[in-house]
Amino acid sequence: MTPFRSVRSVAVPMPDANIDTDIILPARFLLQTEKVGLGRHAFYERRFDPAGKAIGGFPFNDPRFAGAAILVAGDNFGCGSSREQAVWALIDLGLACVIAPGFGEIFAANCARNGVLAVTLPKAEVASLLADAEAGRVLAVDLDSQIVTDGRGRELAFAFPPHSRAALLNGWDEPTMILATQGDAIAAFEARSRADQPWLWSKTNG
Amino acid sequence: MARTLYDKLWDAHVVSQFDDGGALIYIDRQLLHEVSSPQAFAALRENGHALRRVDAHLAVADHAVPTLGRATDIADPQARAQVALLAANCAEFGIRNITLDDQRQGIVHVIGPEQGFTLPGITLVCGDSHTATHGAFGALAFGIGTSEIACVLATQTLRQTRAKTLRITLDGTPGAGITSKDMILSIIGSIGAAGAAGYAIEFAGPAVRAMSMEARMTLSNMTIEAGARIGLIAPDDTTFAYLKGRPLAPAGAAWDAAKTWWRRLPSDEDAVFDREITVDTAEIAPQVSWGTSPDQVMPVTGTIPQPASESEAKAIAYMGLEPGSALAGLPIDHVFIGSCTNGRIEDLRAAAGLIGGGSVAAGVRALVVPGSGLVKRQAEAEGLHKIFLRAGFEWRDAGCSLCVAMNDDRLPAGARCASTSNRNFEGRQGIGARTHLMSPVMAAAAALTGRITDVRGLL
Repeated sequence: MTPFRSVRSVAVPMPDANIDTDIILPARFLLQTEKVGLGRHAFYERRFDPAGKAIGGFPFNDPRFAGAAILVAGDNFGCGSSREQAVWALIDLGLACVIAPGFGEIFAANCARNGVLAVTLPKAEVASLLADAEAGRVLAVDLDSQIVTDGRGRELAFAFPPHSRAALLNGWDEPTMILATQGDAIAAFEARSRADQPWLWSKTNG
Repeated sequence: MARTLYDKLWDAHVVSQFDDGGALIYIDRQLLHEVSSPQAFAALRENGHALRRVDAHLAVADHAVPTLGRATDIADPQARAQVALLAANCAEFGIRNITLDDQRQGIVHVIGPEQGFTLPGITLVCGDSHTATHGAFGALAFGIGTSEIACVLATQTLRQTRAKTLRITLDGTPGAGITSKDMILSIIGSIGAAGAAGYAIEFAGPAVRAMSMEARMTLSNMTIEAGARIGLIAPDDTTFAYLKGRPLAPAGAAWDAAKTWWRRLPSDEDAVFDREITVDTAEIAPQVSWGTSPDQVMPVTGTIPQPASESEAKAIAYMGLEPGSALAGLPIDHVFIGSCTNGRIEDLRAAAGLIGGGSVAAGVRALVVPGSGLVKRQAEAEGLHKIFLRAGFEWRDAGCSLCVAMNDDRLPAGARCASTSNRNFEGRQGIGARTHLMSPVMAAAAALTGRITDVRGLL
């Protein structure tokens, strides 16, 4: 996984609450079986008209936000479908960090597994960051110190689970880590499970 | 110390407890489908990881599959390739895959329980947010992303953080025509689309005890629409009666041993939940969503609200509605009966029961898509398909169909659909299409009248 340490850029504002993963990546683009190249489909219905022409005013079509690596979003961003393609599409758009008052839980987990930092901050602070983003001010996000620096130099601390923080900073691949450090514990658990609940081990190959 | 059902399921699956509060959780079973698994198999190969347990997985294609013309190859080349890739991946690793020509094929969340793959007391995951459905059996079931699928394939575990617990007690006796779909929509409407984020829900109370497994699955299915990944129901005799004799359920002495184990799962009487909500089901009217988020829902007797936010104004505009106008009476163009929420035999019985000898209103296109091939076969054995076909419904093969609109079943822009599915998101049933979520009997009522209709007037 690509590690995440810090990012500094203008930010894309998207203040609406409940931006679901169907909006981020419409279902018809899920037929593609690769991770790469999904950015061109991201936010498709909001970004392009039926003829495929860019819709002016949509933030990802706005030259003011070109090169942004940060998205500032409304509450419950990424709710709905578990599709990890939504995160891959955001990465393909150049994003590395999303800041919101809250996230869909599966979306947040998907971010952590792909080197994308999902920062949760109180609504009032996100509102202030949205104003910064609108004004084209540069934001900085540092995972090591767990600080977002807003467009006026104010530092906002954020909480982040210690394990996910270490995984993001180091770019750990979760299954590789688990196999390296937990192999004996898993084998011991499986032995217990076979003894306690043999029905989970006998008749599943029907 | 007294424990909740969630506590018991969690405790029984901890492989390692970490200092930061996280834990490595063992995953007993995983359901796989064609859309979220290809990149997980690719990751397994790239990392050189072996599949840990071949018997812990069951695969089926459901999202991208056509619901017509099953005798021939899938017409859409991308969908055809995706379904073929699932088959090839399963063949390479030796995983069971229920193919399209198999009568057992259907939506993952319908076939898991149907096959007895879903059992009480297990952890079950799937790369699909509606995996909460399996919580209706007292299984710790939740939706995951593709990276997590790969992790389960390789390690049979996931690192997770313990959720807070929320008990929703459903009291009272629901009125005629009121289903568990109305209850869950009403709950989502009152607590909001993120109202249960961070919680594992347990549905409890006399109204839940009185429900069939099909009705319970509808309840658990939509917990994700309230922001919670997990929606549990304690297993009881109804659960055991449903599972007994299913192909992958334990049998004989193993069944008795399993049942003894499962009887210990329900929350202890004095267990304390982090949060409690009580709902009087007698007060619930048939629910219909009016907006583009599942919490934008109201009784069918309601009127479209004045927008309280920019989001609501956008939703009302997208849905083509007038604030202050009545929801009932709104003309619809399409009806969809199906999905992992409401595509089970009982849903089809309820809809067919309401239709009786009636006909689909002129100008309305109506689809019934059974949740699985076995549901379809059962419905045909009962003659339900004749009721639907005579009324003017189309009678399709099993799949997700118009719940996610990844196959050919898509609605045109501006079309208004009475739908038994779970999401009224923008574009969910087709670009610009307008979805009103409701129960199967409410959808059947809309089909008959061509308008959003209070089913209680037709009973």
